[in-house]
Amino acid sequence: MTREDIIQPSNLVAGRPTLMNNTPMHYCPGCSHGVVHKLIAELVEEMGLTERCVGICPVGCAVFAHNYIDIDWIEAAHGRAPAVACAAKRLYPNHLIFTYQGDGDLACIGTAETIHSLNRGDDITIIFINNAIYGMTGGQMAPTTLLGMKTSTCPYGRQSDLHGFPLKITEIAASLEGTCFVSRQSVHTVAAINRTKRALRHAFQNSMEHRGASLVEVVSTCSSGWKMTPVEANAWMEKNMFPYYPLGDLKDTTKDNRPQKTENR
Amino acid sequence: MVKESETILLKGNEAIAHAAIRCGCDGYFGYPITPQSEILETLALEKPWETTGMVVVQAESELASINMVYGGGAVGKRVMTSSSSPGVALMQEGITYMAGAEIPGVIVNVQRGGPGLGTIQPSQSDYYQATRGGGNGDYNIIVLAPASVQEMADFMDLAFTLAFRYRMPAMILSDGIIGQMMEKMVLPPFKPRRTDEEVKRECPWAATGRSGREKNFLTSLSLDPAWMEEHNKHLQAKYETIRQTEVRFETYNTEGADYLIVAFGSAARIAQKSIEICREEGLHIGMLRPITLWPFPTQAIRQLSERMKAIMCLEINAGQMVDDVRLSVAEGCPVCHYGRMGGMVPTPEEIVQQIKSQLIK
Repeated sequence: MTREDIIQPSNLVAGRPTLMNNTPMHYCPGCSHGVVHKLIAELVEEMGLTERCVGICPVGCAVFAHNYIDIDWIEAAHGRAPAVACAAKRLYPNHLIFTYQGDGDLACIGTAETIHSLNRGDDITIIFINNAIYGMTGGQMAPTTLLGMKTSTCPYGRQSDLHGFPLKITEIAASLEGTCFVSRQSVHTVAAINRTKRALRHAFQNSMEHRGASLVEVVSTCSSGWKMTPVEANAWMEKNMFPYYPLGDLKDTTKDNRPQKTENR
Repeated sequence: MVKESETILLKGNEAIAHAAIRCGCDGYFGYPITPQSEILETLALEKPWETTGMVVVQAESELASINMVYGGGAVGKRVMTSSSSPGVALMQEGITYMAGAEIPGVIVNVQRGGPGLGTIQPSQSDYYQATRGGGNGDYNIIVLAPASVQEMADFMDLAFTLAFRYRMPAMILSDGIIGQMMEKMVLPPFKPRRTDEEVKRECPWAATGRSGREKNFLTSLSLDPAWMEEHNKHLQAKYETIRQTEVRFETYNTEGADYLIVAFGSAARIAQKSIEICREEGLHIGMLRPITLWPFPTQAIRQLSERMKAIMCLEINAGQMVDDVRLSVAEGCPVCHYGRMGGMVPTPEEIVQQIKSQLIK
């Protein structure tokens, strides 16, 4: 068998989604963003939503997400992506409108916008990348930084008396009546990537079917911010992040028979 | 439903709400604050989502409201918010992002006295904030100053038209007097909302979904300073076009007058009465009322100033527009100012006294 025999479309098991372009990524080696970007690009195409999809970029590393995925994008102010998405979705109810936000954007400066969008039951999907650190600004403490974890603004480790506690905003989201699907996933193994893709597909479907707000947290690594190799970062995440941020679905009203948001538009 | 061309009695705030529904507004996003809450209340009562399809959302804050306007404008829709001074201060983040990303939208400011929480009574003390941009960076927004309930309604469609013509925020800078007072007025004729296809055609830049074109992306960010300087030059060129073409003002009683009052909004209404009192006493005072505060009617004031002995700027603030008047007048024309602050409003008689003591010395 020659190389040409092997390189056939029928033998393709993985590839770059057509919605992802050739722009070299600015993300660091080992970063989780690239994997989640790929899943979004695959899903938008697979679900046939390219012409009816608008992504909302955050402030943070993913501020440049628009460079890589060829759909329409709006860049929001720091933390305001859910408010931007709320308006876009209400004005285009049959579009897929999603936000892509990091922990500082979603769980700190944008806490009010996040909680109220979820609580209103805006028919949007919020993709929440939680790497417990501010990556873009160079490794400062995030609302989700674990106790004892060192960052440039808590160089001796996060202490509850000085800095408060790591915020479990996804648990808060699950307690809100407006959310229909709240899930916490990761992308550090092939199996985990598949589970995240399933969760994102479900979230996108919910948004298209006006079931209310969906939030998918992806517990992620930031090898540069954590000052580790990508391999070390994955191991550290499993050992330290997963016990505090356990993976799995926190809420799915489409499965249990909880009341759906009443349609009044 | 009000009949076409029917004269009715409305509050300024109610007029804004009715005009919004009738001028094809796609969405209103707001947060309650005195003295403008009737705008959201009127929209909630009218339920336009059942008639025109206009979306109405009570947001969690003014910050959320303006970012909803940012989002609505970014997808090419005619969207608006309203607030009063402290709330508009909170909105400055979204307004500067709209200016940077060239996103159209309308902000109504029914001003109250400041600083801080200030009062709930009328004021014009947000003039600087409105006409100097208000947020970070080099930018301006279009500012329309209504002086009647009729103009509150009439400026709604004009504000949207200008905002979309130049892809930038436009503000209706009103105050607690115009917002709360009732006057006879005629609502503008009904104009349907644009269809999604019309939006796509008219706003090829909007994030409406990537269909039949390259992707659209709206942002105010670039890490390349050379690009950002070019972007700023583009914005400044746009602002210069607006200064050349969109100045609006009104003159009153200026023919043969030796003295001029410059006043906008509710101050101009009070000044008009003072001018009538003066006329009965044999004093001929004219008035120029800027309708656009930005762009400012610099040339018109300069021309008038050439044949005036003196000018008095009347504002309900400590003296803000007077700076622009001083920058406009011909050399040698004295300019004085009179204003009240903190929610206090001058009476016509009080102004007559000032005309006699300050203007005609």
